[in-house]
Amino acid sequence: MASGPERRRLFLERESYQRRRWADAARLLPLVGFVLLLLPVLLKTTNDALVYIFSVWALLIIAIGIVSRRLSQASPEQREEATPNDSSDPM
Amino acid sequence: MSYDLLALVCAAYVVVLFAVAFWADKRAEAGQVGWLNSPLIYTLSLSIYCTAWTFYGAVGYAARSGMEFVTIYLGPTLVMIGWWVFLRRLVRIGRTQRITSIADLISSRYGKSNLIGVLVSLLAVAGTMPYIALQLQSVTLSFDVFATNPGENLNQTAFVVAAGLAVFTILFGTRKLDVNARHHGVVIAIAVEAVVKLVALLAVGVFVVFAFAGGVGPMLDVIAASEIAEQSLKPERWTVIFALSAMAFICLPRMFQVMVVENYDERHLATASWAFPLYLFLMSLFVVPIAAIGLNELPADANPDLFVLTVPLAFDRDSLALLAFLGGFSSATSMVIVAALAVSTMVSNHIVMPIWLSRRQGGATVSGDVRDVVMLSRRVSIGALLGLGYLYFVYSGGSGSLAAIGLIAFTGMAQVMPAMIGGIFWRGATRYGAAAGLSVGLAVWLWCSFLPSFGHANLIPAAVFQNGPFGLSFLRPHALFGIEGIDPLIHAVFWSLLLNSLAFCAVSLVTMPTPLERLQAVSFVNVFQFSQGAPGWTGGEVDAEDLLMMSQRILGGREAQDLFISVAHGQGKEGYLPDVTPAFLERLERELAGSVGAATAHAMLLQITGGEAVSVEDLMKVADEAQQILEYSNQLEAKSAELGRTALQLQEANEKLMALSVQKDAFLSQISHELRTPMTSIRSFSDILMNGKDMSPDERQRYSQIIHDEAIRLTRLLDDLLDLSVLENGQVTLNEQSVMLDSILDRAVAATGRPEQELTIKRNPPMEAVPLYTDGDRLAQVFINLITNAQKYCDAEKQELEIDVDHLDGRTVVDFIDNGSGVSSDVQSVMFEKFARGTDHRAAGGAGLGLAICREVMRRLGGDISYLPQGKGTAFRVTLPKARRAAA
Repeated sequence: MASGPERRRLFLERESYQRRRWADAARLLPLVGFVLLLLPVLLKTTNDALVYIFSVWALLIIAIGIVSRRLSQASPEQREEATPNDSSDPM
Repeated sequence: MSYDLLALVCAAYVVVLFAVAFWADKRAEAGQVGWLNSPLIYTLSLSIYCTAWTFYGAVGYAARSGMEFVTIYLGPTLVMIGWWVFLRRLVRIGRTQRITSIADLISSRYGKSNLIGVLVSLLAVAGTMPYIALQLQSVTLSFDVFATNPGENLNQTAFVVAAGLAVFTILFGTRKLDVNARHHGVVIAIAVEAVVKLVALLAVGVFVVFAFAGGVGPMLDVIAASEIAEQSLKPERWTVIFALSAMAFICLPRMFQVMVVENYDERHLATASWAFPLYLFLMSLFVVPIAAIGLNELPADANPDLFVLTVPLAFDRDSLALLAFLGGFSSATSMVIVAALAVSTMVSNHIVMPIWLSRRQGGATVSGDVRDVVMLSRRVSIGALLGLGYLYFVYSGGSGSLAAIGLIAFTGMAQVMPAMIGGIFWRGATRYGAAAGLSVGLAVWLWCSFLPSFGHANLIPAAVFQNGPFGLSFLRPHALFGIEGIDPLIHAVFWSLLLNSLAFCAVSLVTMPTPLERLQAVSFVNVFQFSQGAPGWTGGEVDAEDLLMMSQRILGGREAQDLFISVAHGQGKEGYLPDVTPAFLERLERELAGSVGAATAHAMLLQITGGEAVSVEDLMKVADEAQQILEYSNQLEAKSAELGRTALQLQEANEKLMALSVQKDAFLSQISHELRTPMTSIRSFSDILMNGKDMSPDERQRYSQIIHDEAIRLTRLLDDLLDLSVLENGQVTLNEQSVMLDSILDRAVAATGRPEQELTIKRNPPMEAVPLYTDGDRLAQVFINLITNAQKYCDAEKQELEIDVDHLDGRTVVDFIDNGSGVSSDVQSVMFEKFARGTDHRAAGGAGLGLAICREVMRRLGGDISYLPQGKGTAFRVTLPKARRAAA
């Protein structure tokens, strides 16, 4: 059985790993939304478009609600730590 | 419902708004911010995106083009959903740099360049003007619905509304100079209006769907049967407006104001990310049903833009119509207030203040309160902006539907997008690039979108639309470069943004940023790594008192003193004036920037500090900090390894020293012993001679002889020691010349040959004829020593010494072999050391330095001497030096 401090560190790593995946989801979601919301131009009638658009819209709101909740649960310091990934610029 | 009642209700509503704003400001002043800063209020304040255009215009849009209207909402939805990627970064930059407006953001990023600030401000004025006109138009039209004589007094109504809005904005928007100190009154009033407009639209929608159509299913049937059922979506317009609304959502001055400048806590974004899309979702949910019912039930000549109002009226729902009217009124007023606030800040900070500063002799150092000037310029700007909006309304004269005007404004502000995106994600973007992009975008937009919006033939003659200006057909406003047949909106968006981005990127690539620009680029692009920002000041010869004087005129006496005292305490100083450190200048600049914008604050500080902000060297220091730390640690590592090696070497040296010290001790004790022995015998025999008065001459002679012998021995010992020391120190001068080996051997044998000695020396003369180039005297000394040794130590009955000359490996060797019993192996190992002597002290004539001297001499000459172990007798081998030169 692992000792106390070691178990604790393992737990934190897992936490930080998951937070990064939620951040990935937050980056992915606008792309998914963009593609889904371009599709209505293929639909013929206003009714079809109406139902499709509002359904996708509602799903996107629910999805970003879950993701944002997860992301904002992390303390600001921990969020800081996850950011260098997304700001890696060339030069 | 009478027009007078409407006016009364409207006035009452305005009074309530004033009261709420006043109450919120009071609460905030008392320090009870509490829920005034909640994420809910933040989300509701974002709803100023939904203007009267949205409220009335969306229904009209839907009646004309079906579902296309929804793109206006989908763009912002996508931006909010992607908050983690973009808005979070933008808000963080806004907070760390104390950004006051979108013009301030762009100018701050590009080295606090005021030229950029002016360009963006002009763009904002030009883009906001039609938007304000749009609000005036919608409010005026909605009033007109209730009027007894429709179509009359439109301009008067618009003027009254514009004036009222100007008063409200000036009252609540310019109370405080520091734009970063939030306008609680305005924000709360906007939040209330956000709720009113949502409730109003939902109420009308619920009435239409459930009370009139009878549920969702029947409603869908009604839509399917209406004119909009077969409105197919145009892919190019769908995509372009989608993207345009997303860009406008970020770039519109009023959106930037509530989203970034008035943001209290970054975490509010997380809530707004789902709550604001939900708000938009609800705002657009009933748009198509209202449009369908309006098209079905109202006369064909009814304005679709007013269906929200006219549908309840058609069914005699006066109170619902009143609510709808208030919703529309709320949408218009909240937008105008925030837009006027945002744009007036830009105009004041980036156009008025720089002009005022440069016109005053002595610039920032003169006395007088700058705050009054800033306030006045903001108030005048608000009035002027609303006046311009009113003029646009009068002269464009209902040039088209609400949606069309709104999209013109969107396109205008979207020109900021390339410079903004580039500034936040690309460190290589320069201010020349940004200026080029903005200018090109502004020009194309004005020509293709803004000027034509006044109606064909109003500002631009019809002939120009037909043939282009001066007959240049490739410059026709709706067919640039001769490409015709594109929708005018898409035409304008495409060309303006394309040419804008191209100019921005191309010029950025070929120009070089200033040091300050590069510094700002780093703190913008890497805002999450360097939240504190790099110091943009190097300190310098500035008097803190001058700074205090200037700050008092901008921040106010009390606030400026508090700031200076707190900084002084932070530096551990008593009193009011802190040391002028780079960190202090940085902080002061940020504080000033919160009031007058980054560019003006920077310019004012520059005037006082004497125009030296940051040099390339400072920049390199900051930028390479991480690199330096890395290198430093590498150096440390290398140094530590080196230290380890040095310590090891020291240890080895210490061991050698210890061994040498032991040798030295041994040498000293031996030498004193060697000196003492003859001294003792000299002393005792001289004692005997002094006391022996009756001594026989023979005895006297014998004792004198002993003393004499001992003295000679002592002298020889000292000579040898001196000789050895000279040899060992390398101070000996060799007298090298060409000699023959046999002659040296002859000399040696002759020198040692005594008649009474019975040593027989065997030689081999033919082999001895070897020419040498060496110091013959020294070599002879070695040979003499070896022969003497043989005489002394050979224990054979009949002493014999054989001298052999031979050639081995190209070297000449001379072996001295006697017929004695040889030397034991433990003596062999030390026999060449000083004071080493054979165990037999029988002939202890020497001090034991002989062989040591021999070895030193041979080494000096370039040869060697060694003991030659062989079966019989003692044998020494002298290896002669190489014949370096043929005998001359």
